[in-house]
Amino acid sequence: MPKLAVEHLTKRYHVERDERHVLALSDVSLAVADGEFMAIVGPSGCGKTTLLNIAAGLLPYDEGRVAIDGRQVTGPGVDRAVVFQHASLLPWRTIAGNIRYGMELQKRFEAKVMAERTDRFVRMVGLQGFERHYPSELSGGMQQRVNLARALAADPAVLLMDEPFAALDAQTRELMQAELLKIWSQARKTVLFITHQIDEAVYLADRVAVMSARPGRIKEVFPIPFERPRPLRLKRDPRFLDIEDAVWRLVEEQDDVAGN
Amino acid sequence: MSPATESPELLVRPRRSLYQKHERLIVGGVAVAAVIGAWQAFWSSGRISPLFFTGPSAVATRFVEEWTHGKLKSDLAYSGANFAIGVSLAIAAGVVLGIIIGWYRRVSMVCEPFLSALYATPRVALIPLILIWFGIGMWSKVFIVFINAFFPVLINTIGGVKAVDADLVRAARAYCASDWQLFTTVVVPGAVPFILTGVRQAVALGLIGVVVGEMFGGSEGIGYMVNYGGQTFQTDTVFLGVAIIACAGIVLTSLAEQLERRFSRWRPER
Repeated sequence: MPKLAVEHLTKRYHVERDERHVLALSDVSLAVADGEFMAIVGPSGCGKTTLLNIAAGLLPYDEGRVAIDGRQVTGPGVDRAVVFQHASLLPWRTIAGNIRYGMELQKRFEAKVMAERTDRFVRMVGLQGFERHYPSELSGGMQQRVNLARALAADPAVLLMDEPFAALDAQTRELMQAELLKIWSQARKTVLFITHQIDEAVYLADRVAVMSARPGRIKEVFPIPFERPRPLRLKRDPRFLDIEDAVWRLVEEQDDVAGN
Repeated sequence: MSPATESPELLVRPRRSLYQKHERLIVGGVAVAAVIGAWQAFWSSGRISPLFFTGPSAVATRFVEEWTHGKLKSDLAYSGANFAIGVSLAIAAGVVLGIIIGWYRRVSMVCEPFLSALYATPRVALIPLILIWFGIGMWSKVFIVFINAFFPVLINTIGGVKAVDADLVRAARAYCASDWQLFTTVVVPGAVPFILTGVRQAVALGLIGVVVGEMFGGSEGIGYMVNYGGQTFQTDTVFLGVAIIACAGIVLTSLAEQLERRFSRWRPER
């Protein structure tokens, strides 16, 4: 049984202005195995963030089924944690306080355990010494580390990541990608990773699903054969570029269809 | 403060640091002292009638008289109590109602027309009605303070709740936050800077409320003292009352400002 199963998922948005429905997701099916890193790429507006929000339990859906370990998703749950595109940190809490926050809301751990885990994940994302700083004192990359640590500290079965590095500069993004793989190799969570950056998806994931826009559909799923650990220089390997190119062509082709 | 504006003699170390540290206080203090000195000199020259005007020394003398023999102490206590009770009730009610109205869309639709009408009405117009309801005793004063101080707290709290960061709400929801957790960890802390702005305005308006309230009927308090002094041409007493109100305003507003700053520590520095 897959860890995260999406079966024939359909989602319509109601557009109030002209009384019609927009089909955001149409018959989307996807199975993510336990411990697998699955990336989803697609043009903006293809519904990939909608898919993630449904998996997080933040959006209702119309048809089909989303399940974790076979149990249907009906709302947010302690088996999932989300890493958002915007760090979404409480500005009045310190870094340690923010990393604690997810655990605190979910009430799964005792105070002592929460303190230990906070400490552990502060170190895991390399922010020791910044525990008592406030988010406004940190760079964008560091804020995203806190966002990630908050999710990991909550010990989810499935980690949902919504373009977490999109707002970072190119150099920081590359470093964060390598960092994420290092952390993931220790934590071994099931990951659903949304991005519009194809090289990012190919570098990080075990499989890359390509979505098309209007309506949002899964077009194809590419297995990524590279061994782990993956060094950053893999991105310049010809085999890597071949796969990236193949994914690119598929994404481009859809854009043409959508454009016409 | 910038080096370019320093004159060379101020660069002598001890004088420089002492002056620079308290530049605002020193310049302001000197200015106030100069004005009071000029006022005193003008008054001492005896060219104005004490019926219409007064001088610093006369006000000070009146202060000592009223403090030792008069009922200034009891007036201060009376006004202080009216102010404290009225403003406290206004803050409590304004924050609680503001959070409810700001968060629940339906409640806000129900309340908005009434609030707009009340907010647009000059509160002074309600004073005769308040006197009919509460009499001329202490509670009418408290209520006048309350109604003056209530709106800034309410309006600012509603604004603060409505301005809550949607990303933070979504993050809290994703981690299974209950409504109560959402209020206590996101909505209320996020609204605190707004609430404190409301408190600062409430303090200023509450002070007006206490003075105006005591001018309408009753026979106690600083507002009454000013009003009575005016009607009996005791210009010293009027000035003393005004000076006391001004001092209270300065002290209370700066306290509220400090509170505001204390709670916005986490804000990005501007």
